Amino acid sequence: MAETSVFARILDYANRADPYPLYAELRETPVLRVDGRYVVSTYREVVELLHDPRISSIREEDVAGGGPSDGESLPGLPPAFIRRDPPDHDRVRRVAMRHFGPPRSPGRVEGMRGALSEIVTGLIDGFADRTRVDVVDDFAYPLPVTAICRLLGVPTEDEPRFRVWAAALVEAIDPRAGEATQRRRVEAGLELRAYLDELAEARLRQPSGDLLSALVTDDGVEGAMSRDELLSTASLLLVAGHETTVNLITNGMLTLLRHPAELDRLRRDPGRVVPLVEELLRYEPPVQMLPQRTALDDIEIAGTTIPKGATITLVLAAADRDPGHFPDPDRFDPDRADKEHLGFGGGIHFCFGAPLARLETRLALSALASRLENPRLVADPPPYRENVALRGPRHLLIEFDGVAPPPGT
Amino acid sequence: MRVVVDLTRCQGYGQCVFAAPDVFAMPGQESLLYDPDPSDEQREHVLRAQAACPVQAIHVDRLAGHVPGPRPYPYPAPDSAPDRGDGFRRSGRIVIVGASLAGVRAAAVLRRDGFAGSLTLIGDEPHEPYDRPPLSKQVLTGRMPLEHTTLPRLRDLDAEWLLGQRATGLDVAGKRVRLADGREVEFDRLLIATGARARPWPNEAEAALDGVRVLRTIEDATLLRRRLASGNGRVLVIGAGFTGSEVASVCRELGRPVTVVDRGPAPLAGALGRVIGGIAAQIQREHGVDLHCDTTVIGLDGDAEGRLRAARLSDGTTLEVETAVVGLGAVRNVDWLEGAGLAAGVWGVGCDAGCRVFDINGVVTDDIFAAGDIARFPHPAYEFQFLALEHWGNAVAQAEIAAHNMVSDQTRRWAHLALPVFWSSQFGINIKSVGVPTFADEVVIAQGSVAERRFVAVYGYRGRVTAAVTFDQAMWLEFYQRMIERAAPFPPDFAMVGRPAEMLPVPAEVPPRVAVAQGATVVVTGHDPGERRATLVRRPQ
Ligand SMILES: Cc1cc2nc3c(=O)[nH]c(=O)nc-3n(C[C@H](O)[C@H](O)[C@H](O)COP(=O)(O)OP(=O)(O)OC[C@H]3O[C@@H](n4cnc5c(N)ncnc54)[C@H](O)[C@@H]3O)c2cc1C
Ligand code: HEM
Ligand code: SF4
Repeated sequence: MAETSVFARILDYANRADPYPLYAELRETPVLRVDGRYVVSTYREVVELLHDPRISSIREEDVAGGGPSDGESLPGLPPAFIRRDPPDHDRVRRVAMRHFGPPRSPGRVEGMRGALSEIVTGLIDGFADRTRVDVVDDFAYPLPVTAICRLLGVPTEDEPRFRVWAAALVEAIDPRAGEATQRRRVEAGLELRAYLDELAEARLRQPSGDLLSALVTDDGVEGAMSRDELLSTASLLLVAGHETTVNLITNGMLTLLRHPAELDRLRRDPGRVVPLVEELLRYEPPVQMLPQRTALDDIEIAGTTIPKGATITLVLAAADRDPGHFPDPDRFDPDRADKEHLGFGGGIHFCFGAPLARLETRLALSALASRLENPRLVADPPPYRENVALRGPRHLLIEFDGVAPPPGT
Repeated sequence: MRVVVDLTRCQGYGQCVFAAPDVFAMPGQESLLYDPDPSDEQREHVLRAQAACPVQAIHVDRLAGHVPGPRPYPYPAPDSAPDRGDGFRRSGRIVIVGASLAGVRAAAVLRRDGFAGSLTLIGDEPHEPYDRPPLSKQVLTGRMPLEHTTLPRLRDLDAEWLLGQRATGLDVAGKRVRLADGREVEFDRLLIATGARARPWPNEAEAALDGVRVLRTIEDATLLRRRLASGNGRVLVIGAGFTGSEVASVCRELGRPVTVVDRGPAPLAGALGRVIGGIAAQIQREHGVDLHCDTTVIGLDGDAEGRLRAARLSDGTTLEVETAVVGLGAVRNVDWLEGAGLAAGVWGVGCDAGCRVFDINGVVTDDIFAAGDIARFPHPAYEFQFLALEHWGNAVAQAEIAAHNMVSDQTRRWAHLALPVFWSSQFGINIKSVGVPTFADEVVIAQGSVAERRFVAVYGYRGRVTAAVTFDQAMWLEFYQRMIERAAPFPPDFAMVGRPAEMLPVPAEVPPRVAVAQGATVVVTGHDPGERRATLVRRPQ
C-alpha cells in the first residue's frame, strides 16, 4: 500500500536528513493506520490527542516488568513519570516541580545561568587554535550533562562518571542498538542508580541547595515521592534533558548556517535568540514524534476510530509543519507571530525541563553566533543519528576563520 | 508596558512564571496572577514569557493582536474585501457606547480589520478603560496597584474618546446617541457595550452605611482595598457567587475574619449547582470562612455616626461586622435605552448570534449591535436558548464577532458560537468552566479527586454533555469542550486516565432557570401582521 510506505519511508534511515516532504505526504491522511499502529500527523488532531484523557503514556513492557527498552527508566525502578498516568504522574511531577520552579523554587533555573554561560565560554575558548570543530562532540554534548549535574547537585569531580552513564543510557535509546549496547545500558543503569541512591542518602543527612537535596527532604505537602520514584525522576531528568538539548543546539547551528541572514541578524541583535529558539522548536524539533501512546478506549478522530488498545504515534514535527495551522510552514521565520509549536509536547506531559532547555539553547546559540568568525558547514546534510524520534545530526562539522573573545570582554 | 493574559486560554503551564517571575505568579497549582502593567525593565522577561507560552495566551501592548491557533469555530480570516460598495469601511461612522472590555476590544478589532472611518467611544467612567477581574483578586490583596489594571494600547486606535460622558438616550430612527450633557452623537452603526453594574443592597438606608460596599468598578476596589488593608474586624460577604467567594478568599489571605452568607444551599451554587457548590463550601470552611448557607441577611445596623456595626441573619445570628461586601450579582445597564424601541430590559439587550440587536418586536436591526455582559443571544448548543454571560472571555470573543459583522456585508458575517468559558481564582484554586453548567440535570466527577481538590466535573442534560468544570485541572478542559460541541452522550463512560474508582452521576441540583424577565412583561397588541407590536410593561419589582 502506498500509505504504508510513507511511514516506512519516514522510518527509513535514508530519509533522516530531510523527512519533511514525507511528513507532508503523511498529513494527507491525518490518522494513518500502519501495521496496527495509528500515526497522527496533523496539528489539530495531535493537539486534541495530547489533551485526550483516553490516552495513556503507560507502556506495556513497564507493566509486564520486563523493564523499559530505552533509557527513560532505570532497571528495577518504577517507571519515571513520563511513562505514567494520573494520578501518579501528577503527584510525582508536582513534587518534582515544587523544587524546580516557582513559586517555591523560583531561582533554581535562572540561578544556573552564570555557571552555564561559563561552560559555554570555556568550550568556545577551547576552539581558539582550531578552524574546524564538531558542534556535536566538541560543544553540544558536554553542556546538558553538566547542566543536569549542577541541577541535581552532582559534585564536579563525579561529572565524568555521570557522563559515561549518560552516554550509555542515551545510546540505548536508538532502536537499532545492539545487545552489547543494551547490556551496557543495564550496567550503567545499575551503577547510576546506586550512585544516585548514595548521593540522595548523603543529601538527606546533609542537605545542600540542590534539587536532589530538596527532593529527598521534601515534606510531602503536595503528596509523597518514594525513594525509588525519586531515583527514577533523577535519571529521567538526565536522559530526557540530554539528547534533546544536544539536538536542539545542533539543529540550531545547522539551521543558522543554512540561513546566513538569520545568523547575521542574531549576531547583531542577541535578543533575537528568543523567537529564534521557539521557531527552531517548530521547524527542526529534537523530538520528532512521541512514538508510543495507548488508546484506553475507542477514540473517534478525523473520521477514523482508533480502537481501544491501539498504539498511537503522535508526529509532533509533522504537525508543526501543518499549513492548516502555520502559514508557509516550510519557511524558517523567527518573526512568525504564532509560536504555538509542539516542540515540547503538550498537555500534562509537557516538557518538564523546558525552561532549562531554553536557557541552555539560548546561551549556546548566542555564543556560537557572536564568537565564531565566518562559520561554514563542512557537509550539508551532515550525517544523522539512526533514531527517528529523537532526530539530530551525529556530527556537525563546521569551519571558521577565528574565534572572537566573548562579548563584553 | 501592558500585558493581558487570556486566562480563558491559559492552561497553567507556568512557563511565563519561569521567564518573568516578577510579573507572573502561580501561588497555587495553576491559578495565574500577573501584573498587567510591569515596568519597562521587565520588557525582556515579558517578551520571553510571551514567546514561551505553549498556548500563546499572553498579549503584550495590544488587545487585538494575532489570535493564535485554530479558531474555536471555523470562520474565514479577516478580510479586507470592500463591503456593499458604499465605502463604509473607509468613511463610515461607528459609535461604541460603553468603553470597557467589550467596547475597547471591538474598537481594536475594527482597526485591526481595516475600518478606517470615524470611531467614537462613549464611556461614563472617567478613567482609561481597565480590566475588572483583578479587582477581586490581585488588587484586593494589595499585590498589584490599582492603576495597573488599565487595558492596553488605546492611544493609537485613532478614536475619539468621550470618557466621563454618560449616554442617556438612543434615537434609533435618527441614528443618534444622546449624552447627559445634552450633546448628540450621530452614527451609521452603533455598538452597545454598556455591560452591567453591581446590584446594590436593596435597603437604601442600610446601603448608605459607612462600610457597606459593592465591587464592580475601580472606585469600589479602591475603597474596599483601603478598608481591608486598614481594619481588622470581621468582613461580611453577602452572596457567595464568584465575586463574593473571591472576596472571601482575599479576606482569608489577609488574615481577616470573614462571614459569608448566601440565600442558596452552597457557594457558587447559582453558577455551578449544589453538588460542586458543596465542594466549594468545604473549601471555604477549610480556609476558615464562617459560612452560612440557606441564610439571608435581614438587616444591617449602623452606629450613631452611620458606620456599619452589625448584621442580623435569618438564622438568628447577630454578628459584629466592620465591612459588608454586597455580592448579589449584576444589573444590566439598559436604562439609557428606555424608549428606544429595542429588545432591552432587565434581561439585557436581545440580539442574534451575529450580535445584531432585536427591536422590541423581535425583528433584527441592521445597524445596531451588542456585545459583552449586556448582550443576550441565542446559542444553538443550548437549544437556541438566549444566554446572557458575565464572562471575560465572552466579552472578548463576542466583541470580535460584533466588530467583524459591523464592517462586513451579510454574506461574510460570523456567528458567535464560541462555547462560554469562565475562570475564577479563589482559595488558591483555579476554577474553570466550559459550557453552561446550569444547563444540566446531572453531574459526575469524571477525573481526579474531590478530596485532593483537583478534579473535572462533567454536566449532562437529557443524556448529553453540556458543561464541564475543572478545579486545578484546566489542561483537560478542551477535551470536554469538544464533547459539548459534539453533543457527546452523558455520562461519559469511557476508560481514561485519572478516572475515579466510581463514576456515579448525581442530580446536578442547579437552580431553576427562572424567568429573567421578572418585573417586566411584554404584551403584544394588534391583529394585522403589519400592525402587531410588542410593548414592554414595567411592574414594580
Ligand atoms: C470584580 C470582578 C471580577 C471578575 N472576575 C472575572 C473572572 O475571574 N473571570 C471572568 O471570566 N470574568 C470575570 N469578571 C467579569 C468580566 O469582568 C466582565 O464579563 C467584563 O468586564 C464584561 O465587559 P463589558 O465591556 O461587557 O462590560 P463592563 O465591563 O461592565 O463595561 C461596561 C461599561 O459601560 C459603561 N456604561 C454603562 N452605561 C453607560 C452609559 N449609559 N453611557 C456610557 N457608558 C456606560 C460602564 O460604566 C462600563 O464602563 C469579573 C467582573 C468583576 C466586576
Ligand atoms: C530542547 C530540549 C528538549 C526538548 C525538545 C524536549 C521535549 C520534550 C517533549 C516533547 C516531551 C513530552 C514527552 C511526552 O509527552 O511523552 C518532554 C517531556 C519531558 N522533558 Fe523534555 N525536552 C527537552 C529538554 C528537557 C530538559 C533539559 C529536561 C530536564 C531538565 C527535560 C525533562 C523532561 C521531562 C522530565 C519530561 C516528562 C514530563 C512529563 O511526563 O510530565 N526535557 N520533553
Ligand atoms: S498557559 Fe501561558 S499564560 Fe498560562 S501559565 Fe502557561 S505560560 Fe503562563
